[in-house]
Amino acid sequence: MKAAVDVRGLTKRFGDFTAVNEISFSVKEGEIFGLLGPNGAGKSTLIRMLTTLMVPTAGAATVGGADIVRDSDTVRRTIGVIPQALTSDPELSVEENLIIFARLYGVPRERRKHLITELLEAVQLTEWRDKPVKNLSGGMRRRVEIARGLVHEPRIFFLDEPTTGLDPVSRTAVWEMLHRIKTARDLTVIVTTHYMDEADKLCDRIAIVDHGKLVALDSPLNLKASIPGRNFIEASFGGEPDDWRARLQRLPAVDSVSGEGNVVRIASNNGPLTTTALIAAAAESDVAVRSLAVHSTTLDDVFVHFTGRDLRDALQEPSPADQRLLIRR
Amino acid sequence: MQGAFAIIERELRRLRRAPMLVVMSLLLPIVQLVILGHAFGGRVRNLKVGLVDQDHGVPAVRIRELSNAIAANAQTFELVPYDDPGQALTALRNGRLNGVLTIPPGFSRRALAGNEPRVALIADNTDTFVSATLAGTMSGLLGAYNSRTPNARRIATQPTLELVEVYPYVPYVQYLLPGLIVMSIFMMVMIGGGIIYLDDKARGLHEGYLVTPISKFELILGFNVSGALKAALVGVVLMIIGSLIAGVPNAFAPLKVLRLLAVIVLTSVALVSMMFLLMVRMSSPLMARAMFGVLNTLLYFPSGAVYPQQAFPSWLRTMAVVDPFTYPVHALKCVLLKDTGFAAITTDLTYLLAFSVVTMAAATFLFKREL
Repeated sequence: MKAAVDVRGLTKRFGDFTAVNEISFSVKEGEIFGLLGPNGAGKSTLIRMLTTLMVPTAGAATVGGADIVRDSDTVRRTIGVIPQALTSDPELSVEENLIIFARLYGVPRERRKHLITELLEAVQLTEWRDKPVKNLSGGMRRRVEIARGLVHEPRIFFLDEPTTGLDPVSRTAVWEMLHRIKTARDLTVIVTTHYMDEADKLCDRIAIVDHGKLVALDSPLNLKASIPGRNFIEASFGGEPDDWRARLQRLPAVDSVSGEGNVVRIASNNGPLTTTALIAAAAESDVAVRSLAVHSTTLDDVFVHFTGRDLRDALQEPSPADQRLLIRR
Repeated sequence: MQGAFAIIERELRRLRRAPMLVVMSLLLPIVQLVILGHAFGGRVRNLKVGLVDQDHGVPAVRIRELSNAIAANAQTFELVPYDDPGQALTALRNGRLNGVLTIPPGFSRRALAGNEPRVALIADNTDTFVSATLAGTMSGLLGAYNSRTPNARRIATQPTLELVEVYPYVPYVQYLLPGLIVMSIFMMVMIGGGIIYLDDKARGLHEGYLVTPISKFELILGFNVSGALKAALVGVVLMIIGSLIAGVPNAFAPLKVLRLLAVIVLTSVALVSMMFLLMVRMSSPLMARAMFGVLNTLLYFPSGAVYPQQAFPSWLRTMAVVDPFTYPVHALKCVLLKDTGFAAITTDLTYLLAFSVVTMAAATFLFKREL
């Protein structure tokens, strides 16, 4: 099967800051491909290069078979893009926004009217077609963006953080809609996100990006299976002896024991077995179990494994993008 | 070209949804027209002039009579008699008088002998308008005195001046209008063009365009044509409203309107190109707003819109030569106030055209299609 997107050693440097560091991957036609990583990981920069907004410093990529640098116009015609910022005009109505973009893509007038009606139905905004975009809620504005991105019938669809800033209900609605549209139109979708639950549920394959590098690439299932320990037990104790950690390590099916503060994290291949043994050991040694939680591996665990830190914590680091802005300006 | 038209359509639709932009561009010029035009236009009146007659002879009395006549009729000044010149001078220095007319002792004797009689006007020259008015009035007074004395011959033997005015009196409010039309065009170009463009850029709206197959040329053409259209619209509106406020004679004669339109459209194109060049590599909307105020002053006042360039010092006159406001102000003055044809404004139109071409070429060169 031909690759919809083929990336080879793509690099972007801003002065002496490297935002994207020799990333290579391929996206198959018809798949939903996710780019997961914290803010400042380089996801948006990568998408901007693939959507011809930025010129790469090194490396090459083809989108829909066309080179992003040498054949940028063909790429632009083939792709639909929803950037992170809202790009619809707040003062114009939903329909007017779609008309303007249809004209920008040279969609012939006869086709335009029909397409717009169809799209408005697909995003469920038909009765809002004449309302100014500024009167719509955040979730509805995203739907306008989706319609806008599809107005020229692209085959490949790029979405940069499409549900950031939306409430959980709207997020679900947007994702259901995207799925429906994707299936109906046989699209290839590349999406960036820092919501693990989204990436987990919806993407066929996920690339984990951190500090500009690609650190892992596989389906969500395989990623979770690839790290040692299918379960994680988080527990905190009181009155434990000095060798408690070592004893935890010896519990059945335990793969590794780590700890942040007084919360111990046990990676285990069999959660229930290890938990039972843990409780028994604690009772035997007169150690109080203050808290106990068992869960299956999540992408957060995958992220921690590959990058050495929590996705949550990574989000709190100052974004290199902000530093970059200060340097450039 | 579809892309360029799409951008023009978008800009014009936005303008229709935000008519406040037109109002904002017109507000300052109209306020200036009404307030400045009437504040500066008038004749100075009701000045206070102290009169010290140290002579009391017949010619001195005549001078006093003439002064009283002016005070009573033209009311340019009001006479306050003083016996003591020292007191009068003190009053002048304390600001209670605008001038002191002194008829020195021996004036009558010299006047009758034809031996260089002189009266003195001591004026408060911290205000040049006031002192110029006083000097002018007093010269007129003495002229009237000279023509009425019995010694004057009936037929003048020395050259005298007869002033013939080519155009009907132009009140200051009309004098201001050409400059303010240009200013309104500039304001729409800056607010409705430059600042909005940069605000959109900062919000990321431009990425929406840049991912489409629109070419660099179409983008530039679209933004500039729509900007010029918006600016010309504002210029025309002010031309109409301003002509009515200022009472421009024959304001809506068809040929005149045609010439005015030509100047307004060409000025809009020139100023839009200038704005585009200034903003092409700028990213900060704050910078743009700050620059706007400075530019407004730098361009408007040296253009001769408020005061003749001939009165400027040489460095300001040099600035005026390169000031893109100078030429449309001159052209509009010719067409609006003097009803001239195209012949009088060819230099202005040529400059505007050349200016547009040069700035647009530079802006196109500097414009980046990628982020």
